[in-house]
Amino acid sequence: MIKYFFKAVSVTAITISLTLVSAVSFAATDVRIMWYGDGDKENVPIQGQIDAFNAANSDINVILDIVPYDAIMNTLPIQLAAGEGPDIARVTDLGGLNKYYADITPHVANPQYYEDSFGPFLKWYRKAGDTSSIHGFHSTMTVTGPYVNKTLFEQAGVDLLGPGATWAEWADAANAVASKLDIPIPMAWDRSGHRVSGPAVSMGAQYFDASGDPKLVDDGLKAMTQMLYDWHQNGTMSKDLWGSVSGTKYHAPNDWWNAAEVVFMMSGSWQIGRFANEVGDDFDWWAVPAPCGPAACTGMPGGNALLAFTANDAVGRVMDYLSSKEQLGAFIGEVLAIPGHLDLPVDYQTDDPNAKHALETFAGAVPTIDQVAFDLQAHVDNRIMFNAIISRLGQAIVGEMSLEEAWVKMDEDVEKQLKEKYGG
Amino acid sequence: MSNIRINIKNFFIRVFNIPFAFLMHAIDIIMWPIQKIIGVRNMPYIFLLPNLIFFGLFVIVPLGVNVAFSVTGGDELLFADREFSGAKHYNYLFDCENYLNANSCTEDFFWRGVHNTIFFVIFQVGLMIFFSLLTAVILNKKIIGRGFFRSVFFFPVLLSPVVVGLIWQWILLKNGILNAFIEANGGDKFSFLTDPGWAMTSSIFVSIWAHMGFYTLIVLAGLQAIPPNLYEAAEMDGTSRERTFFRITLPLLMPNLLVVFILASIKGVQTFDEIYVLTGGGPGTSTSLIVQYIFTTGFASSGSVQNFGLAAAASMVLGIVLLLLTLIQLYLSRSRENKHQEI
Repeated sequence: MIKYFFKAVSVTAITISLTLVSAVSFAATDVRIMWYGDGDKENVPIQGQIDAFNAANSDINVILDIVPYDAIMNTLPIQLAAGEGPDIARVTDLGGLNKYYADITPHVANPQYYEDSFGPFLKWYRKAGDTSSIHGFHSTMTVTGPYVNKTLFEQAGVDLLGPGATWAEWADAANAVASKLDIPIPMAWDRSGHRVSGPAVSMGAQYFDASGDPKLVDDGLKAMTQMLYDWHQNGTMSKDLWGSVSGTKYHAPNDWWNAAEVVFMMSGSWQIGRFANEVGDDFDWWAVPAPCGPAACTGMPGGNALLAFTANDAVGRVMDYLSSKEQLGAFIGEVLAIPGHLDLPVDYQTDDPNAKHALETFAGAVPTIDQVAFDLQAHVDNRIMFNAIISRLGQAIVGEMSLEEAWVKMDEDVEKQLKEKYGG
Repeated sequence: MSNIRINIKNFFIRVFNIPFAFLMHAIDIIMWPIQKIIGVRNMPYIFLLPNLIFFGLFVIVPLGVNVAFSVTGGDELLFADREFSGAKHYNYLFDCENYLNANSCTEDFFWRGVHNTIFFVIFQVGLMIFFSLLTAVILNKKIIGRGFFRSVFFFPVLLSPVVVGLIWQWILLKNGILNAFIEANGGDKFSFLTDPGWAMTSSIFVSIWAHMGFYTLIVLAGLQAIPPNLYEAAEMDGTSRERTFFRITLPLLMPNLLVVFILASIKGVQTFDEIYVLTGGGPGTSTSLIVQYIFTTGFASSGSVQNFGLAAAASMVLGIVLLLLTLIQLYLSRSRENKHQEI
């Protein structure tokens, strides 16, 4: 009897051990992606692609954590600093997190594909002096620029301005429409230093000194911030929008825009899909070329990239899959974005003439982007400058300090932050 | 029959006691030699040890880590990668030409937070005490639906600060419910949250609305503890209502009002979440309080340098202020107790 008992125990133990060993051996490798999306418009397509990947690759289990944009900006850096970050994340502070990026060159099937397809953007992710690492790829490219409510222009009998129109001329036109139709907000901007920077470059801002170090405040930046300040004082822009938050907090005027309470909105190409969904047939919205200043007529380039924080074969395969022409093209086509891929035919899934026109306008704006804007976007510390602009300008607009004091504080903020970061 | 029941009950009690008996014996095996070594007198420390370990892990260690962050620099999280910077962050915080003019300070956001917090606490605490007292006095009277109203006034205390902030944001926004009502009645819209003056007023109002119920309860308990015969005697003497209130109610409520004052002050200095949701600290920095400064400096820099050291130094300053308030509370409550004992 005891013999049988011991036999049974032994057999059970061996079976359990073998099951555990095989389970461990064949367990799928988890790859965790931290993703922010512009609502279901972006989240649903990416989830579909991840599900398809998981179904086709039983040895890899991709987990998509959809988080708010704030989590990418504020939580992700702390997670990474603590060594607890995801394997891959969709980020917009492309250079700011570069110390955490992993080089996946040995783990991707064809490194040359990344160079050929995303070449100009790869250097935005790399550390200074690094010319070869592959950390990921541009998920979508963006260009900042304005939209107008075309229906309001037509109703007011005011002509839309063409290429070459200046910021002052657009402000006048927006005010003319608003006053004729009693629209509360002639002009609204995303509250973001990045959004201010394209127009500032148009006004002649350089952002860097002769040696290439950040030098924020110059006559160009002063001219643009003065304009924004004046617009808030004379009612061209509403204090209710930028005034509803503080510091460096981002604020987009989409609610007012969707309600046709804004004539002219300064934002960027990432809004196309959102407008197509949210505005629908309510009014015609039109992307217009970047208004001009004395130095240029430029927006800011940008975008978001899927970047790796872990280097292994599983991460490499996920990156290969998501960056492939087939998957990236399908994603871009569905979310109505500009590709960051240099050779990607996109079949945009929309019949909306507003969206089609906006895509053409923003894609057409890419070659006109000023070199200063490209250099600024590529700079590792650009966020420090963007944040200094928006927080201090915000304070000046609500009367906490004069604009002159704000300019001094902007430079001090940049200097202080760089000192903290690099020592000295 | 009953004997059988008792036996079954005893049986189950014994069965259930077996694991506890084992446990107690196991503890005894460990404790006995310890007691032998350190003596019976020192045994309480051994029993306190688990609590002390938890307290140390979750209070003392984080405090030490905070101090360490405040004297090291850089944007790295791990101490191995941070450089010792001494009092640099404290010097930053207190480097000011004129403490009353935040713009003259190196770290002007900190001083704006300090100024706003002082303003907020003075008005919020003052009004909180006034309205808590008023509400408690009314709710202490025999009014119709007294129980219902007590629940109504206490209800906001149960809400999460984020919910409070969101509810009032929907009401007070330029396109919110209140402005819609004002406009429907022929008035002009107010910028309750985007005009610097109105934003602070709205923040104070919302904070009082959210927390008043708790303090009302404290005052109400005090009112109910006042012996009714004092009021009867006053009534027999023909004392006026005002005189009764100022000569009997208020003096006897003082211990409770003191508790309200200190607790509300501490809570006021710590205020962050509901105001952050309501106004985001804006417009500009007009409702940005000191805790928001710590949060944004350390954890919500939106791509700027995450200055953990500066945030830690500011939280040390805040901690010292809170410690002082707590000491004042202890001193005042003890001196009152001593007075009562003398009487």
